[in-house]
Amino acid sequence: MSATVVREPSTPLLPGGDAPVPARRRPRPRALLATGILAALVLLLPLAFLILEAAQDGWGTLHPLLFRSLTATLLWDTVSLMAVVTVLCAVVGTLAAWFVERTDLPGRRIWAALVVVPVGIPDFVTSFGWKSIFPSLGGFWAAALVMTLAVYPLVYLPVAAALRGADPAQEEVARSLGLGRVKTFWRVTVAQVRHAVLGGCVLVALVMLAEYGAFEILGFRTFTTEIYTEFLTGFNAPAACAMSLVLVVLSVFVLTGEGLSRGRGRQARTGGLAARVPRPHRLGRSKPAVLAGFVALVGLALGVPVGAIVYWMLHGGSSTLPSASILSATWHTVFYAAAAGLVATLAALPVAILSVRHPGRASAMLERSTYLVLAMPGLVIALALTYFCERYAAGFLYQSTTMLVAAYAIMFFPLALVAVRASVAQAPPALEEVGRSLGRSRFEVLWRLTLPLVAPGLTAAFCLVFLEVVTELTATLVLIPTGAQTLATQFWAFQSNISYGQAAPYAGLMILIAVIPSYVLGRWFDRLPSRAQAAS
Amino acid sequence: MVQDICPSPPGSRGQRFRLGVALALLGSLLAACGGSSSSKSITLYNGQHQQTTLKLVAQFEKLTGITVNVRSNDERALAAQITAEGSGSPADVVYAENSPSLEYLQNKGLLSPVTPATLAHTPSRYNSPQGDWVGVSGRVSVLVYNTKLLKPSQLPTSVMELAQPQWKGKLAFAAGETDFQPVVTSVARTYGDAAALRWLDGIKANAARIYPDNETVTDEINRGQAAVGVIDQYYWYRQRAQLGASGVHSALAYFAPRDPGYVIDVSGAAVLKSSSHQAASQKLLAFLVSAQGQQIISHSDSFEYPIASGVKSAQPETPFAKLQANPIGVGALGDGSKALALLQKAQLL
Repeated sequence: MSATVVREPSTPLLPGGDAPVPARRRPRPRALLATGILAALVLLLPLAFLILEAAQDGWGTLHPLLFRSLTATLLWDTVSLMAVVTVLCAVVGTLAAWFVERTDLPGRRIWAALVVVPVGIPDFVTSFGWKSIFPSLGGFWAAALVMTLAVYPLVYLPVAAALRGADPAQEEVARSLGLGRVKTFWRVTVAQVRHAVLGGCVLVALVMLAEYGAFEILGFRTFTTEIYTEFLTGFNAPAACAMSLVLVVLSVFVLTGEGLSRGRGRQARTGGLAARVPRPHRLGRSKPAVLAGFVALVGLALGVPVGAIVYWMLHGGSSTLPSASILSATWHTVFYAAAAGLVATLAALPVAILSVRHPGRASAMLERSTYLVLAMPGLVIALALTYFCERYAAGFLYQSTTMLVAAYAIMFFPLALVAVRASVAQAPPALEEVGRSLGRSRFEVLWRLTLPLVAPGLTAAFCLVFLEVVTELTATLVLIPTGAQTLATQFWAFQSNISYGQAAPYAGLMILIAVIPSYVLGRWFDRLPSRAQAAS
Repeated sequence: MVQDICPSPPGSRGQRFRLGVALALLGSLLAACGGSSSSKSITLYNGQHQQTTLKLVAQFEKLTGITVNVRSNDERALAAQITAEGSGSPADVVYAENSPSLEYLQNKGLLSPVTPATLAHTPSRYNSPQGDWVGVSGRVSVLVYNTKLLKPSQLPTSVMELAQPQWKGKLAFAAGETDFQPVVTSVARTYGDAAALRWLDGIKANAARIYPDNETVTDEINRGQAAVGVIDQYYWYRQRAQLGASGVHSALAYFAPRDPGYVIDVSGAAVLKSSSHQAASQKLLAFLVSAQGQQIISHSDSFEYPIASGVKSAQPETPFAKLQANPIGVGALGDGSKALALLQKAQLL
């Protein structure tokens, strides 16, 4: 790939929300629209299930269950926790990404891998780790702390990808024009990665709505823990579905808020293929403080759960391990996670292109609708697929590998979309137009120009989905082919038998597997500019 | 799964396209590798502890040559799944940890009658009154207390006393556990709904915190985070097996004979009406309650009581015959909806 694209002076770089984009309403390509709509329809299946189930019981039965004092308490706890964790994640994730990507932080490459890993640690391990160190841990702030440390990578990853793609020259210009370091950070850097931060925040907020395991351990009740109780303890699917619909309404609010704050700014740059190494900011005297911050962050987010695993391995009984089951569980886990990462990323690409390149009310609706699935608990999604598969497809592919991978891809599609979308937003459409005007086919332009430009986003998307799938449990148990095991299901099997010593190696392996994509991701980002520079 | 390699129906062609040819290939590839579908094979939805179930299944396969595909999950998730699957359920047999899950499926009309000869192995009070599921093993609800914080003489003799103010901040129980609901039903059956609700309000006020499950209750009492709790006995024995006697700082105590807190929980199995392998499935049920199957349970580290074919527990527990539980039957425990309504009224669930 030659990297000799020159900057077009005619394309203004607009960091803020000024000057609306001139009407470049190109016709939406039909294939793109069709795939986008199809993706949205598949992702809305669980919602259809919720409405069907909730309707079964009628309003008269659901009313007293929805409108009682516990609901109000849970609603308040859920929303305030979501808000606090989202803000904390935005701060931690953005700062960590900026320090790793833009400064001379020592050991950047290692930090880049380590700060992502927490997303690949099962909630149960994290919360159990905390509970073993601080047995009286519980309540709002404990939940906020544990969750922030578990999900801030959802902000970090897209922001780091966006920083890699953003033009460092803008910061340099701002600095050379006399803007201070902090002001430059706020007015230029943050503006450049605003989409990524917002996207990450939406993910955090929605993931918080559907979180279950960690809150169970911490004894903090939210709407979602209550939904599981209704489903499981009460066998009351209609009630559980009605409560899930409340979560969907909450997530609509989140998405509307994000839509309002997204604005119309453009952040494309033309030099994507000719990127140069941004001159890293010198940390200078603040270096020890920043390093200490990273040590603290990784120590808390990674050290506590790893410590818990080591403790279990040392103290948790001495039964021998069937190594065959570990090997097969590892293989299944990696295979499912990789396949789901691939499918979700590929499916996210058309939706992202549609929403960025062909903006409008329809594409915005379409894009937003695909986020709703993130607020639905895994068990609900799995049962929805079960229901439709058995009722309308005669059980075709039910509990097959294909269906499980599809379920994962549906559940974590929004994660892929946010990462891909941020990268597409940074790739200048002008390049594609030039390509087209030079007589290249649409496909060729996509393959030769758009894909290389959005590659960092695709990689981030793949890794995000991969990491989430590795620890998924509730949907896995419903949809996995009978007899197959993943690391998460094996961990659960031993843990629910109070065999922590036997459960620990599975948790350890999950973390090890999570380290690999995190490291690859960091390395990949790291090599990109130098390679491009060498080519130019 | 044979279906994987079948061509897709015309209606879902668009969807296949979206998911990508690559995925379909990957899926069928893996399914082709792992697929086995001889006519001599049945599927078991297992809500019981996996380790013991796998031992039972291995022995059954050796005896009969029938392959059993085991799928494990929380018993309640399995019940919800079977309901969603409807008549197309791939499950042939369901093995649940508690009778209410089975009663729920029975009330939905999803179970086949169990062969009378199989039912005869288990005392009838531990079988479905309607005959659609058979009791396989038993557990008992007990008090667990921290031996550093409490002396045996300080313990309550009735579960009702746990609602008294002296236990404020010292009590542990997991309201969402299926093992706890039979206790609630038992209290309501003995003293009426109003008294049961007052009792729930009392224990809710006394709870040290909200506990997700009995594993956590057992663990925190052992560490002194709470003084006394209500669990099924086997959690404590399992913890002891895990930690060794030196790591245990808690002990079990029984309620007074026939106290409403003193309840036998029954684990059982059933054949699904939708199963196309009725004979093979009934064979598995018969094996579970046979002397051979019960022996496996009696030696297992899940510490449940064998209840059929006259087999006794080989583990160092209070012998099953010596228990003096409230004689409430599995029929009276029902599908747990009474307990649930009360727990919801008390805002515990």
